Amino acid sequence: MNGTTSDRAADATGVRGPGRREKAGPARRAMARHWYAWAMVVPVVLVTGLLIGWPLVRGVYLSLTDATEATMGRTIGVNVIPSTYEFVGLDNYVSILGSGLFWEKLVWTVIWTVVCVGLHYSLGLGLAMLLNRRVRFRSTYRLLLILPWAIPGFVAAFIWRYLYNSDYGVINAMLKAAGFGAVGWLDEPTTAKIAVIAVNVWMGVPFMMIAVLGGLQSIPGELYEAAEMDGATPWQRFRHITVPGLRTVSSTVVLLGTIWTFNMFPVIFLITRGGPGSSTEILVTYAYREAFTSIRNYSGSAAWGMIILLLLVVLALVYRRALRRQGEVW
Amino acid sequence: MMRRAFSAATIVAALALAVSACGGGTSDSAAAPAQSAAADPSKISGEITWWDTVRPDSEGPTFQALIKEFEAKYPSIKVKYVNVPSDQAQGQFQTAAQAGTGAPDVIRSEVAWTAQFASLGYLQPLDGTRAVENESDFMASPLSSTKYNGKAYAVPQVTDTLALLYNKKLLEKAGYDKAPTTVEELKKVALDVKSKTGVNGLALNVDSYFLLPFMYGEGGDLLDVQNKKIVVNSPANVKAMATVTDLITSGAAPKPATQDSYANAMTALKDGKAAMIYNGPWALSEIYQGKEFKDKANLGIAPVPAGSAKAGAPTGGWNLAIYAGSKNLGASYEFVRFMSTAEAQAKVAKEISLLPTRTSAYGNPDVQGNKDVATFKPIIDTAVARPWIPEGGQLFQPLLEGYQAIVGGKTTPEDMLKKVDSDYHGIFKDWS
Repeated sequence: MNGTTSDRAADATGVRGPGRREKAGPARRAMARHWYAWAMVVPVVLVTGLLIGWPLVRGVYLSLTDATEATMGRTIGVNVIPSTYEFVGLDNYVSILGSGLFWEKLVWTVIWTVVCVGLHYSLGLGLAMLLNRRVRFRSTYRLLLILPWAIPGFVAAFIWRYLYNSDYGVINAMLKAAGFGAVGWLDEPTTAKIAVIAVNVWMGVPFMMIAVLGGLQSIPGELYEAAEMDGATPWQRFRHITVPGLRTVSSTVVLLGTIWTFNMFPVIFLITRGGPGSSTEILVTYAYREAFTSIRNYSGSAAWGMIILLLLVVLALVYRRALRRQGEVW
Repeated sequence: MMRRAFSAATIVAALALAVSACGGGTSDSAAAPAQSAAADPSKISGEITWWDTVRPDSEGPTFQALIKEFEAKYPSIKVKYVNVPSDQAQGQFQTAAQAGTGAPDVIRSEVAWTAQFASLGYLQPLDGTRAVENESDFMASPLSSTKYNGKAYAVPQVTDTLALLYNKKLLEKAGYDKAPTTVEELKKVALDVKSKTGVNGLALNVDSYFLLPFMYGEGGDLLDVQNKKIVVNSPANVKAMATVTDLITSGAAPKPATQDSYANAMTALKDGKAAMIYNGPWALSEIYQGKEFKDKANLGIAPVPAGSAKAGAPTGGWNLAIYAGSKNLGASYEFVRFMSTAEAQAKVAKEISLLPTRTSAYGNPDVQGNKDVATFKPIIDTAVARPWIPEGGQLFQPLLEGYQAIVGGKTTPEDMLKKVDSDYHGIFKDWS
């Protein structure tokens, strides 16, 4: 029924201009030739649409309403609660962007991301260069260095939280043994920030190291030999062979690392709960607090989520354009 | 597009209202036969899930033993015992109840959560069901926490409050045979303990709930519910915060950690590294596992020290509530009824020193035989009832952030309370 009407509509538009008909021809031919490809893709499209598209659309919709746990309708047994939330347009966005809190969190989130990814990459690169040489027990080193990555994030976070404990933690015990005073690692905004960055760096370096190591090994050794013959210094070799050779790998892992770190929930949430006060809270942990504590603010947290998503999309676009300008395509 | 969304929402709302009108009618008629059938225990059958929130190692076994007794009495009911950590139960229950799957039939709900759950429609109204038995026997303050809009949504299970828990030996070494009764004395005793024994006098726990005794002590409070007024930013509370700061700066209490400070304070007391802490009866079974209290008699329990106005600690405790979507309401009613009998409460009080909510339970010789309960009873009688409102749970986060800032020396009592006050106005938009 539907098919016939749309076919008819297609015919009608096709008749109107001869140019259209020509265009529809190749498309139909392509469809006929590649129907199996389309058939293969359909399940993926459906599942992706269901798992990613639908929640996303729903999130966008919720962020434009004033839905909270109290205003969302539901029926549980004898209790029937009608939906009383309304469409409020961009009110949520306006109030978030108009609050000092958002900008405060954004600044800290950016610092957190830049410092973490900077350290991830530089330490990862350094370790990768070390491990790329022929050294004894190389595989043992690699194994040990990959270990932090193998530990689940929440386990690592809990272990570190105990290490940092100001009264009974190992770190303070060592400081005391060495004659220094104890430090309230998680009790001061500054030390707490350093503490969470340290944990995140510890957890993220192995991935960078392995990725960069793979990149290093794909650089042909002849290039270095040739450069050495030409009398290039180690710094020149690094600058002109290693760095360009790593560019493809680096650009990808840095972007990935940025997105991951920007949204790194467990480290902050499990180690400091955003405290002291809310000084270590990044955008994601704040959105979580809106969404999952007390009477849940679904619309507010959805708006936070959308803003975070937009920030990352913009970041990725700018980053890609910058890379393309350097002649890089991915 | 927008208009369509609007009208669809209106239709849904109208339909929901219509359904609720019918729903109310049918449920009333359905409740009646369930009640008459309940008289015969063997006739009710099914499996119910109970989310318990006690400490699984020290308190859990007592409740599991009670379940065994219940199952023996009601052979066709099976109770699935699930222990959920108390700091996660609230969120997990809200998630499960909202989603409509995975919520337990019965939940042990903290007194402050009950009104919130009820206002969100998650709890089964219990008036006139088998779950509620002889309500007049319950103590007034815990009972009031089970009501929302005049209806009962839970049954009080245990009650509690904060007290000063202390290491008698350490206080004796410092020359005291009694606990301090005022905050001034508390400071002096703590400083003497520190100078004479080298051990810290007082370990503070940086948590909103543990701040309330200081505020009540000066005659302060957070809200004036009757007049819909936020009263957190008061001279009394400024004084209370100054007292807390003074305890830390004077050295009576070491500067507390803000992370894990509950656990740190408990460990300090248990290991004899601090002489006094504020805590409630729920902590006793854990404290007795500590090396300083192998001899239980070494633990002193006293009312919280008084401020310039009075000695007062918040009323806490736990209720038993039934999820409105429970598939097995009949069995859930019986279970809640059984768990809140004076006998069941007496057993819990005897074994793990949790305080009964039934006045008649205190007449039970088992309860009278438990020294801790006997000590806590008069303290409970002076406890300050908190406002049982759905937003009650939201009051703690701003206060906690302020407390952390005060401890970190980042703010003054005045500025901190101003900040808390403005946060509260964000929660209660139409309050003065």
